Order: sequence, then structure tokens, then C-alpha cells
Amino acid sequence: MASRGTLIGAAAFAILAAGAPLLPQWLVSLSTIAFANALVVLGLVILWRTGLVPFGQALFYAIGAYAVALLGRYTPVRDVFVVVIAGAVCAGIVAYLVGFLLARYREIFFAMLSLAMSMILYGVLVKTETLGSTDGFHVEAGSFFGWRPQGAMRNLALFWLVLGCCAVAAVLVARYFRSVAGALAIPVRDNEIRVEFLGISVDRLIHLKLVISGILAGMGGALAALAVQHVDPQMAYWTTSGGFVFVTILAGAGSVAAAFVGSLAFELVRSIAVDLLPGAWQLILGSALLLTILFLPEGLGSLYARLRRRKEETAP
Amino acid sequence: MSRLSTIACRTFGLATALTLGSVVAASAQQPAAPAAPPIKLGIVSFLSGPAASPFGVPGRNGAEIVIEALNAGKAPAPYNTVGFAGTKIETKFVDEAGSTAQVVTEFRNLVQRDQVDAVVGYISSGSCLAVTPVADELKALTVYFDCGTPRIFEEKPRKYVFRPSSHATKDSTGAARYLVARKKDITLFSGINQNYAWGQDSWKDFVGAMNVLAPKAKVDKELMPKLFQGEFGAEISTLLTSKSQALHSSFWDGDLESFIIQSSARGLQKRMPFIGTTAESSIWRLRDKLPDGTIVGGRGPHGPLAPDNELNTWFKTIYMDRYGTPPTYPSYQMALSLLGLKVAWEKAHKAKGSKPTTDEVVAAFENIEYESPSGTVKMALGNGHQGIQATAYGTYRFNKQKGQPELVDVVRFAAECVNPPSDKSSEEWLKAGMPGAKC
Repeated sequence: MASRGTLIGAAAFAILAAGAPLLPQWLVSLSTIAFANALVVLGLVILWRTGLVPFGQALFYAIGAYAVALLGRYTPVRDVFVVVIAGAVCAGIVAYLVGFLLARYREIFFAMLSLAMSMILYGVLVKTETLGSTDGFHVEAGSFFGWRPQGAMRNLALFWLVLGCCAVAAVLVARYFRSVAGALAIPVRDNEIRVEFLGISVDRLIHLKLVISGILAGMGGALAALAVQHVDPQMAYWTTSGGFVFVTILAGAGSVAAAFVGSLAFELVRSIAVDLLPGAWQLILGSALLLTILFLPEGLGSLYARLRRRKEETAP
Repeated sequence: MSRLSTIACRTFGLATALTLGSVVAASAQQPAAPAAPPIKLGIVSFLSGPAASPFGVPGRNGAEIVIEALNAGKAPAPYNTVGFAGTKIETKFVDEAGSTAQVVTEFRNLVQRDQVDAVVGYISSGSCLAVTPVADELKALTVYFDCGTPRIFEEKPRKYVFRPSSHATKDSTGAARYLVARKKDITLFSGINQNYAWGQDSWKDFVGAMNVLAPKAKVDKELMPKLFQGEFGAEISTLLTSKSQALHSSFWDGDLESFIIQSSARGLQKRMPFIGTTAESSIWRLRDKLPDGTIVGGRGPHGPLAPDNELNTWFKTIYMDRYGTPPTYPSYQMALSLLGLKVAWEKAHKAKGSKPTTDEVVAAFENIEYESPSGTVKMALGNGHQGIQATAYGTYRFNKQKGQPELVDVVRFAAECVNPPSDKSSEEWLKAGMPGAKC
């Protein structure tokens, strides 16, 4: 029933895109950030399915964001489509390069090494005074094929851009999951040696997954930079990576849709928590994660699967 | 939660009679025709994380008591009107902790969802730089109270953003002026600053000012440990080999306190006095652990460096009564930012005769001059959006009889003596040799 999932997904994206002008503006801005981050989470899900947890995904996120910011600062390139693709490609190249090293490691070693990589970038950015060090710098507003919307229109246009990127990424990643390389993720997690005996290089498989997740994270970072209009080294810091892992746990690795639902849920819960308990909002976020782990160990995504199973059971 | 449910209805067109009923009921519960809806202020400050205890919480406390006093109409003249022009103030506190994306999202939430009349806040310069273009985009009156970077108004003119507290250049030029006044024959100095924007900028400005004021003095050790390093054994060993006559530092809170305790155990301050540009925020906790002779600054004439006037006495008293410790500079900066907003608001209100619009308050705010617990504030830079103030530095002494920290040999520097003029950026002004400085 894969086509049904695609249909539901397409309908959800269409409703969101059409309904955006009716939504309050703060919710549009919040969703823009949430969906940009969802792309990073989608990349994490790809690795997660092979049993790998990268604690340094912020590396690619920051590369994507800084690529956009630097293009705006040093070149006349402003077109959002060009800069987002540039951000994704830069992150993809970096992922390809660090992949030669990272793809050889598993488990905690993979997690720590990826964390180290992102912290190297953080250290370099902090020391770079011309780029504002920890203060970061402004990202120039983009144009859409020469169209330069202002104010609320710009936020809407960005939201549609993010939705478009998400829709394309969702379709491609869902396809990848159904392909042989994508389907091998779970066997790799369960028994890597057997996969090798099938005649498949697990290192190369993981290298490919790293590049895909790097591209997704770079695209997410590029979109986030356009939405926030500011970049700073914090984007490469380990707490940012930790945040993405948090959302992945919340969302679960079961499906593509979970990444988007999870990311939106996370941003909403965080925002409501800040609203309710300005001094202790982290407490609400932490409890939400704890409850998810306790009652939905496979994440929010497993809710849908559960409902469907129940329906099938009750069906005559 | 009712707000969320209304959103859901608008999104999916599920407006049932039930929720409609509850909305009507909710609006009916509000008191019938109050005098005037209160003025809503969003107050943003670090309420969690490492910057909360030295800056965020004192800043929030300052806002709490000042607004309470204003609402009660109990502040001294000329601030004795209730709230802003007779209308009470309602506050909403927000935590500044989190990524820049979160800070910007929460700013948008305050303006667009909570419909605040103005936002007062922000401690991190990164937050201020990120919020500035958004404030102008949303046409939302925003007053920064603590962040120090001069870049905000030097990069571009701004319309809806104000910062009555002076920017960070004054802290370094003031420190250099004090040092040169106390040690005319200085030939060698060192610096230890955290390796992030604040530390780098502070050191750059201090060296720039020293080059102008004491051209013969050379930099010896230039140490840039990473932020929150906490352990400075190697740095202290390096400094102990130096013949520097002074040590500049913009350290704050944890790093400042660890460095002071670790270095005084090894007698570093006996060789070279320590100049702490933000040390004022830590004196009430360090007490006798801070060596006598340390040169103390507090980002302007705040705390024990504040002038002796009625407003200062009032502010110190109400703060002590509520929180049990004297207010430190972030509290003073918050107080002066709120009073500046009050002056602008009331000026606009008076001109119009009723509640002013944001644009009218903005126009009234530009170029005003007013009194605060830390002296006169002149909105002189950045087309009237950036305040300047005098500054003061003093030498620390722990009074054993009273069991109280004290600052002696306090020297005041006029605002025009330590701040760049309006037609020059801080960097240009220091490079050109501080032309036009009136001392």
C-alpha cells in the first residue's frame, strides 16, 4: 500500500501549501524552520536504519547554511534555488570526503568521530573573526527567479520553497528506501557480515548513505539560513546535532512522513513550553522525550502503523 | 490551549459550534470595558544556561521591580506617572537560551502571536544581530538592553531598533584610559580573553585604545583560551614568566571567578594588576577572594560605579529589598532601557494625546536625552538609536571591617571621551587615534 502513503503525503503537502496564507504568520515562520530541520532529520533516519547515530550532523547543516551566507556576502548570487542547491552540493562534497573515514566506523566510534568532525568546523568558525566569530553574520534575502518579495510575502514564499524541497526529498528518499540499497539498511544493522557475504560492500553502502544524509542536512541548513537570515557557529555545535538526534528519537525511523511530523511536533512543543514555563521549558521537552521513549519506543511514526494494524485486525 | 484550537480550526476548517461557543465564552469572561488595555512588553533574557546567573536573571529582576514600581506609580520624579503615560504595563518573559533560529522564532511569536507593543531584551550579541533585521521587517519596536557589539548600528541604519546602553567600545577605551591615568610609564601589558566574539572584540578595542593613549606600551602575552575553559594553569604559568605591568581581561562569571581564584593562589596579581571590564558583576560573590588592587569595570557607570543620585538610591533600595543582593550592571542596563522606553512613549503620548503608534514612539525615541539610575543617557549614535553614557572604573578593595566590597579611586570619563562620534565607526575612530574625544 505504498501508493496510499504517497497519496496521503501529497495531500498533506498540498493542504499545507494551500492553507499557508490562512495561517497566522508566526506559525508559518515556525513551520518553515521545522520543515527545514525535518530534512536533516530525514537524513538521520537514513543512517538510523543501518544502526548508525551520527552526533555530528550539524557539520553538514552548518556547511549548507554558511555556503548560502558566504554566497550572499561575497558574490552577487541571490537566487534561492541556486543557493539552496549550492548549499546541498557543498555539504554533499564534504560528506563524500569525510565519508572515506567515517564509513569505516560503527556504533559509538561512528557517533564520536562524526561529532569530532563537526566540532572541528565549530572551532574554525569561532576563530574566524572576519566572519563575526560566535556572533555570526547576516544572510542576504534571496530572490525567486528575480522576484524579491518583502515581509509576510517573503515568509510565505520561503515556506513554499521549504515545502517544495521537502516534497521532492520525501519522494526521493521513499524511493530509496524501496530500492535494494535502501532495503539493505536493516540487514546491515542486524548482521553486517552476512551482507558482505552477499557480495555487497557495506562500507560503500554506508558511504552512499552518508552522502545522501549530508546533502539533505546541507539543504536543511541552507533553507534555515534563508529563513533565519543569520548564521553563526552554533549551527555546527554538538548541541545542534544533539537536537536533531532528539527529534529523530521523537519521530522514529519507521517512515519518511515521521520525520516531518516529528520535527513539526518538536518545534510546537518547544514553543508552547517556552510560552508556558519561561524558566523551565527544557523540563517539558525532556518529559516529552521520556514519555515518547517509554510509550512509543519506535517514535511518533509508529502510531500510524499501530492504527493500521489495529484496523486490519478488526477487519472481517 | 484555546489559541491552538482556534488555529487548528482555521487551518482545517473544522470550526464547530462548540469551539465557537467557547471563544465567545472566553471573551465574555474579560472584564467589561477596562480603562485601557495594558501595554504589553516582551522581556527576553537568559533564564537558563551559563549566562543566566550573571546576566540573565539580574536583567529579568531589574525589569520585574522597575515595572512593578512604574505600575504602582512609585518611581521618583520624573518617572512617577503610572506605567507608560498612565497605562499599566503587562510583561511576558521569554528565555533567550537556544539556537539563533529559536531566538528569532520566539521574537516572531512575541510580535505576531502575542502582539506585544515592544520587546525589551537580549544579552548575546549574536541574538541582537539576528533579531535586528526581523524587527525592522515586522516594524516591531525593539530595545536591546545588554548586548555589546557595535556592529548593530554601524553596519546599517536601523529604524525600529534602539539600544540605550552604550556599546562595548566604551568598556575597552575606558579601561585603557584608567590604566594609563594610573600608570603613566606603562611599557608592557598582556591580555587574557575568551576566544569568541566578545573576547576578541574587547581585546582588539583595548589594544587599539592603548596604541593611541600609550604608544610606547607593547603587547606581551596575548592569550585566547576557549570559552568556559575553567582551568587556566597553563595560561597562568605563561603570564608568570611575563614582565607585563597590567593584565586586561573581559572574562565573566565562571571563567572570571575560576581565573581569579587560580591566579591569586599563584600570586599573579602581585606582579600585574588585573583589569576586569565586567568584574563588577562578580564582586558580590567573590568578595575577599578578589585581590585588592584589581581594576574593576561594569560595562558603564553601574552598580558601585553609578553616580550618587536619587534615582540610583531608589533603584538600589527596591532591588536590595526584593532580592537581598545589590543590583549589578545588567539590572542597571535593564532599568535604563525601560526608562528610556517610558520617556519616548510618554513624549509620543503627550504629542498625540492618546496611545501612540509604534512609528510615533520610534520617532519620539530618536535623539532623546534622559536621566537613569546610572546617570544621563544620550541617544547620540546610529541616527539617534544608540545611547552613549559616561563610564567609570575603580580599584577594588575588600573592606574587612564592614565585610563589604568597595571601589576606591573611582575615575569618571565623560560619554564623549570614551565613545566614538556619530560619524565614525568604533574601529575607524580607534585607528584614527580617537579624534574629537572630549575628556
